[in-house]
Amino acid sequence: MKLKFAILILLSLAALIVFPMLGSTDVLHDPMGREILMKLRFPRVLTAFLAGIALASSGMIFQALFRNPLATPDTLGVSGGAALGATLWMRFGAPLLLIGVTGASIAGFLGALGTVLLVYGLARFKSGFSSATLLLAGVAVNLFLSSLILLMQYFSDPGETFRMIRWLMGGFSVVGFATPVNLAVFTVIGLMITALLTREMNLLLTGEELAGARGVNVDRTKKMLFFSASLMTGAAVAFCGPIAFVGLMVPHICRQFTGSDHRKLFPAVILLGGAFMVICDGLARTLLAPVEMPAGLITSLLGGPFFLWLLLKKS
Amino acid sequence: MNNAIQINDVALELNGTPILRGVSFDIGQGEYVSIIGPNGAGKTTLLRCLLGMYSYNGSARINGTECRGYDSRALARQVSYVPQTHDIEFPLAVYDFVMMGRYPYLSALSPAQKQDEEAVERALQITGTGQFRNRTLRTLSGGERQKVYIAAALAQETPVMLLDEPATFLDWRHQTEVMKLLKKINAECGATILAVNHDLNSAAHWSDRIIALKNGKTLFSGTPQELIQPAPLETLFETAFVRKETLAPASEQ
Repeated sequence: MKLKFAILILLSLAALIVFPMLGSTDVLHDPMGREILMKLRFPRVLTAFLAGIALASSGMIFQALFRNPLATPDTLGVSGGAALGATLWMRFGAPLLLIGVTGASIAGFLGALGTVLLVYGLARFKSGFSSATLLLAGVAVNLFLSSLILLMQYFSDPGETFRMIRWLMGGFSVVGFATPVNLAVFTVIGLMITALLTREMNLLLTGEELAGARGVNVDRTKKMLFFSASLMTGAAVAFCGPIAFVGLMVPHICRQFTGSDHRKLFPAVILLGGAFMVICDGLARTLLAPVEMPAGLITSLLGGPFFLWLLLKKS
Repeated sequence: MNNAIQINDVALELNGTPILRGVSFDIGQGEYVSIIGPNGAGKTTLLRCLLGMYSYNGSARINGTECRGYDSRALARQVSYVPQTHDIEFPLAVYDFVMMGRYPYLSALSPAQKQDEEAVERALQITGTGQFRNRTLRTLSGGERQKVYIAAALAQETPVMLLDEPATFLDWRHQTEVMKLLKKINAECGATILAVNHDLNSAAHWSDRIIALKNGKTLFSGTPQELIQPAPLETLFETAFVRKETLAPASEQ
């Protein structure tokens, strides 16, 4: 187990150090290189790392809450809710900055929280979190939310529409450290809450009734987990767009070598989530250089087949 | 003798439907009691009241303290539970699962202590499930899994243990093994056991006393010999019973 974590730590560090160097400009020898490295590449890699952590951790939390390995920010429609919140803010909201926190991320958080409570209520109403109920509820909610986003695009001017579409593809084109710092505030709060609840998440896997009988304060635990996952998903989506499938792939891969115990799974998900997103973004930047693809395209291209494989393997 | 469980006029409505309409009975320390009754009588709901999951009317006390509003960890040190269904989507190791029984004794960030490991070992040993410790729950048979669930409840080291149909869905051999195991826990660990049991014969055979619920009320409370008579049974199940032979009491086994 120690060796596995050493490998994961090395992988994350390598991703954080190596990937800022990659790209169409040679940052080590070009005279402009230093500037590009500090103002563009490092902030970008850091943003990707944090978004990866946020989305992968949210996936892990939803899987424990819904006791279903297919529950993720994307399949439940939570990313869609966050996207709707953030789009609404972009369209109508003032460019408000509250103590350095952007309004879009708060709107994203509220959208995420509203959606997850809706889907949870729906699934619960149908008495159970079977994959079929969850996925169908998620599909319906997702379609509904994306039609609202489309409606908003329809009433926007072409420039604004183009900006929204690029953002919805998911990517990390940031300038300076404002975005990663903002994202870090949300992510770190979410991670700290989650870190206190690893044992409770283990017990939730055995069912709410049994977790309650073992002494878990189920209602309070669920509220805290919904809050922290919505916080992380909302911020990641507001800053980077709804990047799909990270919350599915990373926890699943980690579970293969740590098992389901969240005390081991959670740190592994943080490390791999960050590294995975940086690598996907690195691929997006370099595969068709000098053209840069949005990282969301890469995660979807990988994640779609992965999801289908999981679904087939399950049934 | 102090009563381990005291239930006095417990009533509960769920979504406007009355489920319990005044259940009353007492259970003494170290007793082994079965609850029987037709479907929808409120058996499982009553267990959940004792687990502090519902805010019922009336009074339900375990060792003198009201279950409603009890701190969840403190209650989990008084009463453990074995649920009816076991559906876990994720691979969980048997040892880790039994260790979850120690949750009410562990603080948020501290690892398991020596006494927790000892409690788990004792539970595995009594239930004979030590050989499965490294396997995942999903790879076990229904009977083996039920013993692991009982082991986890045992690791909770509570004076009272509640079980919801512990032997339903098991084949005859495993039913007998599970019931013998519960009897052993009752005798050797001194645990008070309250089990919902669908099977009248098994309830009569294994328990000291039987409580019958019907339509959310206590219909009968007494020894198996008193219950296994045509009159009480016909009132309970609203169907004709024909008595063919006398059941042997459990002590003769």
